[in-house]
Amino acid sequence: MTTARENSLVGCHHCNLIVAVGPDDIGLAPKIMCPRCSSVLHQRKPNSIARSWALLIAAVILYIPANTIPIMTVTSFGEGSPDTIMSGVIHLLEADQIPIAALVFFASIVVPIFKIVMISMILISVQFKSGWRAKDRTLIYRLTEVVGRWSMIDIFMISILVGLVKLGNIATIEVGFGAVAFAAVVVLTMFSATYFDPRLIWDHAQSNELMED
Amino acid sequence: MNIHADLIACHECDLLHQIVALDSGSQANCIRCGAKLYKEIRNSLDRTLSLTVTGLILFLLANFYPLLTFEMQGRSQQNNLISGVLEFFSSGFWGLGILVFLVSIIFPLIYLLGMAYVLVPLRMGHKPWKMISVFKVVDYLRPWAMIEVYMLGIIVAIVKLSDFATITPGIALFSFAGLFVVIAAANASLDPRIVWRSVDIDGEY
Repeated sequence: MTTARENSLVGCHHCNLIVAVGPDDIGLAPKIMCPRCSSVLHQRKPNSIARSWALLIAAVILYIPANTIPIMTVTSFGEGSPDTIMSGVIHLLEADQIPIAALVFFASIVVPIFKIVMISMILISVQFKSGWRAKDRTLIYRLTEVVGRWSMIDIFMISILVGLVKLGNIATIEVGFGAVAFAAVVVLTMFSATYFDPRLIWDHAQSNELMED
Repeated sequence: MNIHADLIACHECDLLHQIVALDSGSQANCIRCGAKLYKEIRNSLDRTLSLTVTGLILFLLANFYPLLTFEMQGRSQQNNLISGVLEFFSSGFWGLGILVFLVSIIFPLIYLLGMAYVLVPLRMGHKPWKMISVFKVVDYLRPWAMIEVYMLGIIVAIVKLSDFATITPGIALFSFAGLFVVIAAANASLDPRIVWRSVDIDGEY
């Protein structure tokens, strides 16, 4: 079993075409383009570790206001009650909406933490050139890519509520700055996962470990 | 430039594989990391195309009809898909407004139009102008067209309000739910190789 890189081949990111390149062709100007779809060819995504870290660190910083500042305020008969991400989940629990509460808890609390922790772990393991459980780390990476967008549920819920509940004194719902920070966390972690190149996980995996499966 | 039409590299671990013909409905996975390499889908072009056209119709219904009606203390209020975005704008939350507008309306629309733009001519046996660029945009936008996530957002909003108000679903809600199913099905039925195969590479392929 050999990789494309070991054979001086590169697979196009977009159309998967396999193109033969000289060992030193990649990474040097002028850029090599895919003959089929004209995407720039890379053995590995450029600067992926630095880019992933930068976006992830920005997300971690914004994670704090995202969870402490209210994401919205419901005002009914002059009485305002601000909601953070967590208090929104608690209100759903108090209303006995267990499945919905579980859904929001998972999408808004579990998924962002999972993504931040797992992307950090994968980045660190790649930087230490670890070959440890490459298959599991790839699986985790795949999972973070798939679940990331589901954290937007709360943002869309707010979008529905603010557009619908505009009854003056009786009830109004206003957006809070926490929603901006939360949306930024979701978008930044999505980009962080996209910029990472999972092939880096395998570049340091031991060849004998590969044969086990 | 030398190409190898008989090989594929896993996009997650770079392992090289020989491309083998599959029975329809079966999928080739990477033998090392398990990632999906490609899938043989029967009538991929026809299926995806019909789902895309259905999606465009549902998209129009979802955007032009009322989504929900909210009633409380004898007063009522209706919204559309775009209402939340406009409310974000009028309360000064430009970034959120633009983000929600893009991922819930613009990107799904570009996705559907782009697919139709590529697939209708292919179905009729020719290649549209700039096909590859359009298809790459469609491919890139896929995770950012968040119809399914928005659908769940609507459900959570309904649950939150149903305690103290009466919520009536409008035509747009059902259209949107349909759109969610249709887009998921279109994603699952598209075999991107039908597009790539239609491209000649300077007679080498």
